Parts: sequence; C-alpha cells; structure tokens
Amino acid sequence: MVGDEVVVRVKDLKKYFPARAGLLGRQRGPVKAVDGVSFDIRRGETLGLVGESGCGKTTTGRSILHLVRPTSGEVMLEGQTLGNLDPEGLRRLRPKMQMIFQDPYASLNPRHSVGKIIGEPLVIHGVTGGRELAARVSELLELVGMDPAYARRFPHEFSGGQRQRIGIARALSLNPSFIVCDEPVSSLDVSIQAQVVNLMQDLQQQLGVAYLFIAHDLSMVKHISHRIAVMYLGRIVELTDRNTLFEDPLHPYTQSLGSAVPIPDPKLERRRQRFILEGEPPSPVNPPSGCVFHPRCPLSVDVCTTRVPELREVRPGHYVACHLVDEKGSSKIGTEPVPVPTTQ
Amino acid sequence: MEEDRHIPQKADSLLDVDRTFRDRVAYTGRFLWRDWGGMIGLVLFLVVVLAAVLAPVISPYDPLEQHLQDSKMPPPWEEGGSWAHPFGTDPLGRDMFSRVIHGARVSLTVGFFGVLIAGSIGMVIGAIAGYFGGQIDSVIMGGVNLVLSLPYLLFVVFIAAILGRSLLNVILIFGITDAPIFARTTRGEVLRIRESAYVESAVCAGARWGRIVFDHILPNLIGSLVTLGTFEMSRMIFYEAGLGFLGLSVPPSVPSWGNMLSSGRQYLSSYPWIATFPGLAIVFTSLGMNLLGDWLRDVLDPRLRRSRR
Amino acid sequence: MSQNTVLEVRNLVTRFDTLEGVVNAVNGVSFDLKEGETLAIVGESGSGKTVTMLSLVGLVPSPPGKVEGGEVFLTGLGERRDLLGMSPRELRDVRGGEIGFVFQDPMSSLNPVLTIGEQIVETLMRHLAMSREQARDRTLRLLAQVGLPDPEQRYRSHPHQFSGGMRQRVMIAIAVACTPDIVIADEPTTALDVTVQAQIVDLFKRLRDELGVAVIWITHDLGVVAGLAERVLVMYGGRVAEIAPVDDLYENPQHPYTIGLLGAIPRLHERDTRRLASIPGTPPDLLIPVEHCPFAWRCDYVTDRCWKEVPELVEVDDGHQVACFCNLERGRPHNGRR
Repeated sequence: MVGDEVVVRVKDLKKYFPARAGLLGRQRGPVKAVDGVSFDIRRGETLGLVGESGCGKTTTGRSILHLVRPTSGEVMLEGQTLGNLDPEGLRRLRPKMQMIFQDPYASLNPRHSVGKIIGEPLVIHGVTGGRELAARVSELLELVGMDPAYARRFPHEFSGGQRQRIGIARALSLNPSFIVCDEPVSSLDVSIQAQVVNLMQDLQQQLGVAYLFIAHDLSMVKHISHRIAVMYLGRIVELTDRNTLFEDPLHPYTQSLGSAVPIPDPKLERRRQRFILEGEPPSPVNPPSGCVFHPRCPLSVDVCTTRVPELREVRPGHYVACHLVDEKGSSKIGTEPVPVPTTQ
Repeated sequence: MEEDRHIPQKADSLLDVDRTFRDRVAYTGRFLWRDWGGMIGLVLFLVVVLAAVLAPVISPYDPLEQHLQDSKMPPPWEEGGSWAHPFGTDPLGRDMFSRVIHGARVSLTVGFFGVLIAGSIGMVIGAIAGYFGGQIDSVIMGGVNLVLSLPYLLFVVFIAAILGRSLLNVILIFGITDAPIFARTTRGEVLRIRESAYVESAVCAGARWGRIVFDHILPNLIGSLVTLGTFEMSRMIFYEAGLGFLGLSVPPSVPSWGNMLSSGRQYLSSYPWIATFPGLAIVFTSLGMNLLGDWLRDVLDPRLRRSRR
Repeated sequence: MSQNTVLEVRNLVTRFDTLEGVVNAVNGVSFDLKEGETLAIVGESGSGKTVTMLSLVGLVPSPPGKVEGGEVFLTGLGERRDLLGMSPRELRDVRGGEIGFVFQDPMSSLNPVLTIGEQIVETLMRHLAMSREQARDRTLRLLAQVGLPDPEQRYRSHPHQFSGGMRQRVMIAIAVACTPDIVIADEPTTALDVTVQAQIVDLFKRLRDELGVAVIWITHDLGVVAGLAERVLVMYGGRVAEIAPVDDLYENPQHPYTIGLLGAIPRLHERDTRRLASIPGTPPDLLIPVEHCPFAWRCDYVTDRCWKEVPELVEVDDGHQVACFCNLERGRPHNGRR
C-alpha cells in the first residue's frame, strides 16, 4: 500500500564526472552523468527509473545513496538532508537506505558465508550478536524463501536467483525504509526473474519499503512500479503513473520506447504499427545542445536545438520535459504506442 | 567416477546433495589429477620440505663429517662408487647426499622467511597506496618503481658485500629487495577489489574502513599473494644459490646448494657429481615451486571454484 | 514458401568433461530447418541452446567439449552433407559460406586491428573466390544494405569506432556476405538497448525476406521471438521440450515449462498487473545425469512416470510437438495463469 508520506525527496540532483582525454590527460568538460534530477518517492511506493545504457540511471541511484557524492542537489531521506551529514552521520543513516545490486555474482564477498553476508549489517550497527544474530539470519533467509541451513554455505554454491535472494535478505536486515534496486533481475533467467520480482512485491506489501527500481526492461518496470520516470542522457524526460506512461505518453522518446518494446503475442506483433527511432543515444561527454533528444526526435523544431526544456507538470502528476507539449496534449509521432490486447 | 553418489530425487541441484568429506577430497584429487603439472609440483615441493624438516633423521651422515679416506668417491653407478655414499663425496670426504639434504634447509629458510618479510612489507605499503590513492599512492609507487628499476643482482651483490655473510643478512636482503614486487601486486588487487560490488555493498551496510580493509579486501587478495609468494620463493632459492656461487651468501662452512656449487665448480671436469647433485636439487626445487604456483593460482581463486548460473 | 529442408539435426549429444564432472549440455536434440524459415530456439541458461548451435558447426571447444552422438546434415542445393563428419577445413568453408553467424558480442568476433572493409573483403575473397575489386564493390553494397550510413567511410573504419548497434550491423553484413542458406544468430540483440534492438530485429526481417535465408535465432526473450519467428523450439536441460508454429506456441502452449515461461514474463500492453507466474526451483544442473524428464523437479504436473522415463517428442497438432507425459495420461496440463 502506497502511503502519503514522502520517504525520499530528490531535488535537482547533479553528478558530473571529470573527463580526461588524450595521453596528457587534458581536462575536458565534465561528463554530466546526472544533470538535474528531481522526484519524490512515498512510503511503500515503487518508482521505476528506465532508460537506455549510459543515460545515468545507475549513477542516479548511487548518488541518492551517497555512494558517490553528488556534485550538487539535495537528497532528503525521511526529512534528513544527506548532503549536510559528515561521513559518520551518513554511516549511521545507512540502515534506512539500502541497495540491491545488479550482479549477484559480484556483490557477495566470495570468502564470506551466507550467514556472515546477511548478518554483516546487523553486526556493524550492533543490532544483534551471538545466538540472536543467528536467529535473525535464519529469519531473514526464510523471509526470502530460502532454507536457513544455507547460512553456512558460500556464495559460489548458489545459482543467480538464489544469490539475488541472499542480496535481498542482506538489504532487508536493518529494516530499511528505502531500497535502490539497480537492475536487480536483468542478469537472471526469465523464470527466476518472476520469482525475484514476486518476492520483492510481497516484501513491499509486508514491510512497506519504498523502492527505486532501476532497469532497462520496460515491461518489467511497468509490472513492478507505481510510477515511472524515463531518463535520457542524464535528465528525466517524463514522469507519471505507469499506465498513463504507456497509454498516453507525451514525450516523443517515451512514445518510441513503448513502440520498440516487443510484446510476447505474435498476432499483436504482426498488426502493430511501430515507430523505430533512428541512431543511438549520443555520448554524455559531448551532449547535444538544447533538448538532448532533438537529434533523434522526429518532431524537433528550431526551439529544441537551442533551449533546454524544463520538466513541467502538464497534467496532475504527469511531468514532461518537451517544448511541444502543452496542457492540451502533445504531438504524437504517428504510432499507436502500446497496442490494445487482442483478447482478455 | 561418481556413479555411486546418491542423488535424492528432490534435489534440483547439487547444492542439495550432501557432500561428504570424501567428496571434497575426491574433488581436490580430481583437480590435482587433471592438472598433472600441479601434481608434479606438489610432489617435488613436498620432497624438498620433507628433506629439510627431516634432514637430521634421514641423512646417513653429518653433512660436515669428513671421511678423508673416501674423498671424491663417485656415485655408486660409477666405477669405484659405493651405496654408502649414494651421491658420492666431496674432496673432504663429506657425504654429498647428506649435504644436499641439509642444503634444502638453508634454501627453504631463505625462501620462506624472505617471502614472509617481503610479503609483509609489500602488502602493507601496497595496501596503503591502493586504498588511499592520490598523493600517497604516487609517492609510494614512485619509490617502488625506483627500487624495481635498479639492476637487481648488482644491488643484491652490493648489499651482500657491505653487510657480510650470514643467513640473516641473506634473508634481510631478499626480504627488502623483493618487497616492491609484492607492493605492486597488492596495490593492483586492492584497486580492483575496492571497486568491487561487495565492497560497495559493505559501504552501503555502513562498514568503516577497518572492516572494509580487513574483512573484505585483504582476504580476497591473499590468494594472489600466496601464488606470487610461491613464485618469488622459487626465485629467492635460485638467487640464493647464485649468491652462494659468487661466495656472497651464507658462510662457506654452511652446507647450502650455492656453496656446494661454488666449491664443486673447480672439479667440474674430473669429479662432476660434486656440482651436479646440488645443481639438480636447485632445478627440481625451482621447477616444483613454479608448477605449484601455477596450480595454486587456479585453486585459490574462489571464482574458479564450482559455480553455477 | 517452399518446404525444402536445409538442415537436419538428429539426436545431437554434446558433453563437457570438466573438473566438476561431466556436464550433460545437449542430450539428444533433433529438429529440421526449412528453406527461408525463421526458427527460434528459446531457452534459459543451461538449456543447451548455444551449445547445440556450436555443435552443429564444430565450434564446441574441445577439450573439454565433445559431440558424442547424433547426425547433422546440410541439405541445401540437392546435396546431403554430414557436418559432423567433415574435416576442420571443410567446416571452415561451411562456416561463413553456407552458414553465417551473428553473435551476442560482436566485438569478440571482429578483429580490432583490421578495418571493417578488410574483414569483409577477406571473407568474400576466401569463400567466393572474388578478386579484391569485386569484393570491395560487394562490401560497399553490403554495408549499405545493412543500413550503415556512408559506407565508403565505414569501410575504412576500425571496429572500436562503431557503436554497439552498428557493430552488430557489421556482423550481419559479414554473416550474409556469401549469400548463405542459413544464418545462426545467438542472442544478437541481448546486449543492445531496446530502441537499437528494434532496429536490428527490423533489419533481420528485411534481409531474411530479401535474401530468402533461413534463420536460427537463439534467445531467451519470448517477446522478440513473437514478432520474428515462424516456428519456435523451446529447450530445457539440453532437450527439446516443445516445437510449434509461433502462433500455436503462444496461444496454445502444451509443455508445462512453456506455459510457465509465458506466464513469467510481464506484458507491456496489459493494464492490470497480475502476479507473475513463477516456476519454482533453479535452472537445471547439468552435472546431474538425468534419466527422466529434466523438468520433473520444477513441474507442477509431475507424475511417477516423469521420474522414470525421458518423454519423447509427440505430435499433438499439425507441426506441434511436445515432450511431456501429461498430455498422454491426463490430458493436457491446465493452460492458464496459475
């Protein structure tokens, strides 16, 4: 159940990386990996963050958790501004915000037993110790649907899906109110993805934790999220609830994304009108002027090449960053974005 | 090979199959068996270690005891040889077999403690350079590269000449001159592990730097350092023999392989066994440790151990 | 469409002898490929889909791998040639000649020090015995055909100057350079972004129709398959679980695994999210020698017989074959969202 209380507030978050080029390491302009991202996530809500590779979605997640220090902008977790905290204060706040990693092979220390991996956050924050700790580890393993006897095993003995469960149990050990999930299922098999996603949804119901679900798989993001933000080259171009985003997308990029996603239904695929975007996302080292999407946008006009569009609320709860969108609606790129199901 | 193993019907992966101690031994055995180089390396290494440890027990004579009447006796398969001295004797009538066995003690002592000192120093400065980075890293690695760019043997000979001949001095020379190699490897590994997702995960859990270094980074670089240590130990044994040959290692009275080579050199044409057997000992030890190192590199990497997708 | 068969695979068995034990990667796979058709081989990790493809053309790394049984016939042009009996030299002629390849990671199959043009010209000169000028002309046409703008300039570029999508276009150009009968594409779009993936799938469809080439499309993504393939082969644990025409497979899946797989994928076009059907358990562990249905561990419809015998493929409908006992003994498994 999504509550009203805002758990995480991100305001104008920016993360620039210094870019060096050439043998002598000449300083070039910074890479604007994240360039002014703002959103709220409420208690028990899942905000999906989608975009193509290199759009800055992972850096956004890591900057929110201050695993990398943001260049500017503000992140508030349950009313606390993270930017004002010293390392020790930040460390004390870590139990509230956790992360589930993309690669379940790399994110578990190969030399630690599963019990030690899951128990580590508890030990660090002195929550429990000794026998109590073992009991809590068992409880967490059961929570993610694993045999508590596995606590003595080592990560390399498990399959990808099982490792991701271990990662989830670890993230949940301190009862966080917010978890950044960075492509948590993209490295897993389809049948295992379903297990993990179902588990994450069940846990959200049970514990009321808020998720930032970062992924490139739009179908999966739509499945798990309440609202979705679409990123392109470091900026959010559209943000709204999940059904509106695909049924009435306003930004041309969102429209083309919806059109490009394959649908597992052969008859529907055959009669589908597609709009296939040309080219590939440009490099963030040297982004286009004005609206960063304009070189690929079929609708772009003069103003797009010069002025950066602001993310505006054009309808209640529907934010778009496009010059061509006004309160009445938008130009469509000439495609039915997501077809109506044949039979339901 | 495994037909007798019971696989329960409900087991959908070997995770659910109880692995007994025997299974694990069998697995390690298979690992060794497939990699016969590792097997040979292990056997050679164990022979040398056993010889060194049990030297007083297994050697038929005291290595310093002189049997002048049996001086320069050839090995038994040559004319005039006897099984009383399987490797023959040297000009002073000392039993070569006993001397070669005792020589293993000197070589292994130098190799082991040399690596221990080099590894300890190298690991600490390498870890500091890798973990803190920036200016500290630049200064430390500058020093490391400076030491590494000196002509190694010349440097060692120089120090050996100043400090004089003793076992301790040899160990110290190797321990100090080899530390940069360990420092460089440690630094690279620390840089790699520091960026790993499990370290980030520890940061996320609120770990302080001590925990990150001692619980996450160090245990994961031990494997590559042990492998490196094996190679370096082999190299030290080699160089110790070289120094001995040049008369710069342990005092001539100590039965080390290098000293034996050195004293056997002048008799090489007429009494070749005096230099041959210590030479073979060096070759086999060095070969064995290099093979062992290659094998350890594979075994100690947990990523290469059983993993399933 | 003509119904000539271009490739026949019978009872293919491939194993890997590893330190862990014997990995039973492919355990008796049979299928036919018709002229000009697109056959999708769908499976998860450990299904044996990639090893099957590698076994066909002698690309299984050996040791530890070994094709231990079966027959593979290349039957284009009225000849019937046994691929498994060929010498390495003959196989090299077939690869890149009659059979083209597109892999998931184009960077690993392109030579980083040669220009794109040189690499394609080399293939053409080798397989089609063209002169350098002829090969150059054809290469420029090919580059234009796969949708690379400014072929003259691309011809002189090195692989690292290309983006992921463009590299995959180059791979496709190389794959179709010698007008093969068959193109085998192993997860060609998995590493690409969704907008680029759509471009590549589109290109494949266009080339397939223009050149009349048969395509084996190996993937785990049932979404892409729906819009591309004519027939779908579902693999599990190194065996074929189900083969069916594409419409039939999506509307009327018969194997419990296929049903589970289809239930496990979220669909963009459905307004209300149902709970995803998850298949319990983990992907098959190929180290366990299996003398029964490989899916038995994870199957909801498992019976005693499933633990005793390996189910054979049975025809249930026109061109629709399933390897499952459920069908025979209790009627087909309940097809629905569990």
